[in-house]
Amino acid sequence: MATRRTCLWKRGVKVSETFEMEIFRYYPDKDNEPFIKSYEVPFRDDWVVLDAINYIKDEIDGTLSYRWSCRMGVCGSCGMMVNSVPKLTCSAFLKDYPSRKIRVEPLQGFPVERDLIFDMDDFMNKLTEVKPYLLRKEGEEKPLEEGEYLQSPAELAHYKQYTLCINCMLCYAACPIYALDSNFVGPAAIALAQRYNLDSRDQGRNQRQEVIASHEGIWECTFVGECSVVCPKDVDPAAAIQRAKVSSTLDWFKEKMIPRSKG
Amino acid sequence: MTTYRKPVSNTWWLESKPYFLFVIREFTSLFVAGYCLFLLLFIAKAGDSQEAYATLILSLKSPTSMVFHLISFTFILYHAITWFNLTPKIMVFHLGEERIPNALIAGAVYLSWGVVSLIISWLILGS
Amino acid sequence: MALQYDIVIVGGGGAGLRAAIAIGETNPKLKIALVSKVFPMRSHTVAAEGGAAAVIKDNDSFNDHCLDTIGGGEWMCDQDAVELFVNEAPKELIQMEHWGCPWSRELDGTVAVRPFGGMKIERTWFAADKTGFHLLHTLFQTSLKYNNVIRHDEWFATKILVENGRCQGVTAIEMRSGIMKVIAAKSVIMCTGGAGRVFPFTTNGAIKTGDGMAMAYRAGIPLKDMEFIQYHPTGLPGTGILITEAARGEGGILVNKEGYRYLQDYDLGMPLDIEDPKHPVNKSMELGPRDRLSQAFIKEREKEKTITGPFGDVVHLDIRHLGKKKIDKKLPFVRELTKNYIGIDPVYEPIPVRPVVHYMMGGIDTTIDCRTILPGLFAAGECACVSINGANRLGSNSLTEILVYGARAGNAAAVFANEHSEINLEALEKQGADEYKRITRDFLQKDGGSERIATLRKEIHQVMEQSVGIFRSESGLKEACNKIEELKDRFSSILIEDKSLNFNTELTSALELENMIDVAESIIFSALSRRESRGSHQRTDFLNRDDENFLRHSLAYRTETESRIEYQDVAITKWPPGERVYGKEE
Ligand SMILES: Cc1cc2nc3c(=O)[nH]c(=O)nc-3n(C[C@H](O)[C@H](O)[C@H](O)COP(=O)(O)OP(=O)(O)OC[C@H]3O[C@@H](n4cnc5c(N)ncnc54)[C@H](O)[C@@H]3O)c2cc1C
Ligand code: SF4
Ligand code: FES
Repeated sequence: MATRRTCLWKRGVKVSETFEMEIFRYYPDKDNEPFIKSYEVPFRDDWVVLDAINYIKDEIDGTLSYRWSCRMGVCGSCGMMVNSVPKLTCSAFLKDYPSRKIRVEPLQGFPVERDLIFDMDDFMNKLTEVKPYLLRKEGEEKPLEEGEYLQSPAELAHYKQYTLCINCMLCYAACPIYALDSNFVGPAAIALAQRYNLDSRDQGRNQRQEVIASHEGIWECTFVGECSVVCPKDVDPAAAIQRAKVSSTLDWFKEKMIPRSKG
Repeated sequence: MTTYRKPVSNTWWLESKPYFLFVIREFTSLFVAGYCLFLLLFIAKAGDSQEAYATLILSLKSPTSMVFHLISFTFILYHAITWFNLTPKIMVFHLGEERIPNALIAGAVYLSWGVVSLIISWLILGS
Repeated sequence: MALQYDIVIVGGGGAGLRAAIAIGETNPKLKIALVSKVFPMRSHTVAAEGGAAAVIKDNDSFNDHCLDTIGGGEWMCDQDAVELFVNEAPKELIQMEHWGCPWSRELDGTVAVRPFGGMKIERTWFAADKTGFHLLHTLFQTSLKYNNVIRHDEWFATKILVENGRCQGVTAIEMRSGIMKVIAAKSVIMCTGGAGRVFPFTTNGAIKTGDGMAMAYRAGIPLKDMEFIQYHPTGLPGTGILITEAARGEGGILVNKEGYRYLQDYDLGMPLDIEDPKHPVNKSMELGPRDRLSQAFIKEREKEKTITGPFGDVVHLDIRHLGKKKIDKKLPFVRELTKNYIGIDPVYEPIPVRPVVHYMMGGIDTTIDCRTILPGLFAAGECACVSINGANRLGSNSLTEILVYGARAGNAAAVFANEHSEINLEALEKQGADEYKRITRDFLQKDGGSERIATLRKEIHQVMEQSVGIFRSESGLKEACNKIEELKDRFSSILIEDKSLNFNTELTSALELENMIDVAESIIFSALSRRESRGSHQRTDFLNRDDENFLRHSLAYRTETESRIEYQDVAITKWPPGERVYGKEE
């Protein structure tokens, strides 16, 4: 993400040659077998993969289906496998594939609904389960009239990284554990639970532990670490999971080792 | 509505380099555990008698043992290094708003590894 | 079978989610459907960067926020709506804080504010430069708490259903299955966002095709002030990706090809040195309003003072003097976007920028309670026009607007739903069946067809850019009227290759195109009728503002035969129309 691109602006756009796009196609109502269809598009060095896909849809084959919206890497819609690597296609430039040929497939590890569109329901349910919202203890909510909860820039910095998740699902596509066992709560959902756990305003960690500290939660993770490598927003979900493991282990020790005082 | 699910092959871990390296890291943990067992047994046996100790020492010098140690050492080294490199992810510290850089945390871990190794070598070789 | 709810909200962006939560909090017994053509967190609120305005600091006042907004909108704002908005704004933003929004902070832990264009006092709350992203995700995640909010993600609404003089639901296509359903409800809220996509060069995402506006227009509800379209002065050439006004709020400057801060030639005040601790001065130079800055760019281009590049002319937005540390802390997204998309690191180089279509001031005509003229139908957010934005929106007012009026729409719709129980399911089902017939006949089962969606879309883009760009004229607008007629005609021979049901995005693109044509029509008609220059509507043939004839909202109606424009008075409460003053004492 952070690599510096050559300055397109100054050099001007090069339009030359062609570029071959091999695209995964699947019609659920016509057949049950997907197939690969190849398209030739012009090569422009200011184009991202999504531009080439849009070109196909607009000019060659209107039947191709995929998701996209913001084309600025923030809505999280356009994740696909590009040459078997999960990518945001609106941020992956054609010119970075010098062989002038790529294969585009739906994100791996999810059921495919149509062409490049996969089923996100599983994540949406898991996200709901981890309670990704600020929880306060009974009676400890501040009335609106009393203004904001105070939070220092340092306290903000503690959880800020985990707020940056755009729910693009690249991390799930990169996770072999999720591919093998879709019960795994998975990187982004756990990172978002951690985001609230680490927020100085939140008091709901206990309520999230049931799902997070379960077998399908953090303990299913074997720390492959690829989720963090592919994450386009530097959320580092792998770190979030490992840190949650450390805190849960500490919880366990505290419970077993330190005799509870009776009040 | 029907959906398509790409089957996961048994060789998924051979299909990408990071997956392969991960599986190797997991695999090397067998050697870590194995070598620990070996050490424990060794100590238990060595405590039996003077002769037992002498035979054990002799057997350590055999070529088979040398090869075994070399392989274990490589794998354990790989295991240690991969995990040391991962520590900054597990241990995140902030100084005010700034996060302590990963390199510093990993560096600290390597440093303590060096120090501990030195102390142990001194205990064994120096005494 | 029809789905039955108490309330349907169409749109899962900031406005729709805020409405859903408002109802969830106050009326847990009401069953709410949240219908959105994309997963809520993909809505374009996600792209908003700079911040959200509300009076919070001691040096600020409600009066100043009102006056800035009204002057910024060149007196076309309804002042009762503005007052309500300004009064509610702080509460809404604090509410967002209580729901977990990661607002940037001062050292003492209070919320930080930054200066923004056209605002006399710094009052824009921000979460670095991803404010919309954080607001949207906070709202979406918070909405998961309420189990009376039933989401219909990736459902595409096609029609407002009117029965017995009341709005009683919508039809929508479940995109996954392609099945069309009637979603019946006692009240309906439209929160479908803007329509920037009717233009070729825009900061708006692909989904902003004005669907809700078009649906309302076709249902006979007037669209208000559609001629007012905001160009943001700083978009990246080529892609139109936005470089937030916060870049200027933090001290960034605009220079022409000679390195000259050209805004001083356009009645926006005199520049202070960038090293001067008083720079940037609020409501002056780079912190002037967007309409004036975008117009200044065009004038500068006429003088041949802009820089020519592969994607059209640009000027330079220079933020180098802020230094890497400040840029990384306050404007990290700006740096990420410019590095990725044009290969320029703003720490070391100025950013090339040009005006870009950004925001629709106009929309579905609503009252201050978000009601439309159709009983049971409410609207809020960018698709609505209440109007607090008048002829030119001030940056950072819109994110606050979707919260204030989103919540208000939710509450009003809940009251309405509690008061009206009867729903004529049978009649609705029949209407649904007719709508389904229309879609199959005109698209899915249509043989032949020769017009590609992309071709027609390109032609709308062309005509919009030429006729209703930053400067407009009678002759151009008349030509545009003819073009729109032609496009409507050609739309009937649209080519649909995809006849399948599941995720048929060619069908939804065609429906979006149909909506874009209707929205474009309302914009062109409204612009043609407004024979004056005001805010973002600048006519080369009527150079002056004409309060006597045009201090009135335009209302575009679609009727059986043709469209007509009516006018409605602007609500003036405390602030009589005056001169817009930037860069000098008021
Ligand atoms: C790049 C950018 C930066 C901005 N920065 C700022 C800023 O800093 N400060 C500020 O105040 N404002 C800013 N704005 C403006 C502001 O973000 C928007 O006006 C506001 O977010 C609109 O919110 P909304 O809820 O009305 O619509 P949206 O967020 O656009 O949501 C529309 C919803 O309607 C749904 N929908 C649409 N059509 C249909 C249909 N046919 N069927 C079903 N569902 C449908 C969509 O799925 C979506 O969920 C910015 C805008 C842009 C584009
Ligand atoms: S953690 Fe990163 S990769 Fe995963 S969904 Fe969030 S942004 Fe995408
Ligand atoms: S299109 Fe929004 S992230 Fe790519």
